[in-house]
Amino acid sequence: MDQSYIIPFVKSVQNVFETMLQLPVQIGQPELKHPGDSGHDVSAIIGMSGDVEGSVVLSFPTATATRVVAIFTGTELEAEDEDFADAVGELVNMVSGGAKAQFSGKDVTISCPSVVVGQSHQVYGRKDVVAISIPCESDCGAFNVEVSIRQNADAPATAK
Amino acid sequence: MKVMLVDDSKTMRNIQKGILTQLGYTDLEEACDGLDALSKVGAFQPELLLVDWNMPNMDGLTFVKKFREQGNKAPVIMVTTEAEKSRVVEAIKAGVNNYVVKPFTPDLLGERIKETLSRIAA
Repeated sequence: MDQSYIIPFVKSVQNVFETMLQLPVQIGQPELKHPGDSGHDVSAIIGMSGDVEGSVVLSFPTATATRVVAIFTGTELEAEDEDFADAVGELVNMVSGGAKAQFSGKDVTISCPSVVVGQSHQVYGRKDVVAISIPCESDCGAFNVEVSIRQNADAPATAK
Repeated sequence: MKVMLVDDSKTMRNIQKGILTQLGYTDLEEACDGLDALSKVGAFQPELLLVDWNMPNMDGLTFVKKFREQGNKAPVIMVTTEAEKSRVVEAIKAGVNNYVVKPFTPDLLGERIKETLSRIAA
């Protein structure tokens, strides 16, 4: 995967959490995701299509997601609550939208988000696209942004 | 003033409701997508609309085009993650009056609402 696709997600996740939640996010070293890596409890997933294609996953341990959603919605919600999934889905929507806006000269469409809630689940993207996990740390706890995208073969050259 | 909030995210509609209420706008109607909004505008007669772009069933851009085709003049503010200039231009051409990119601060949304209404009043 083109590494230049990672920086937009780093900037976007920091911007979204700082602006909507007043929650600073520290970014760790992005790394390749491997099969068998530890699972997630809450995952918000969005698809990208067009000049860039693939998926983006915002994944949390339950405790972190619960704290984040409480700040975002102003309400304490259980992970099983429909509104909990709505809130996490909106976060991945904003993170992905903010990142794709930085893909200079690319025409990219994002899907409506899906949310998976379930202890220690795995999310598998396309087999032919590597996934990069961006570790994030905040006062609400740690979480990850997993980016598994590539340039569409018919699209113009690299992102900036 | 009657304000309609069109967004598939209840969380986002609630955030917008909170900001609008702070600004003194309490006559609010909600719609979860463009189709839902089209079915409600006739009865509610909004005087301002905040519309998301990416929604299931009918996206915000299609909604705005249909809303304008029906002869509705009420100002529309697009509130969306779609931040590319080409998207903004597309939205303005479709009849959007102002544009707010998510994520936004309450102050920014409030400013854009006031700016939009003062432009219309001028």
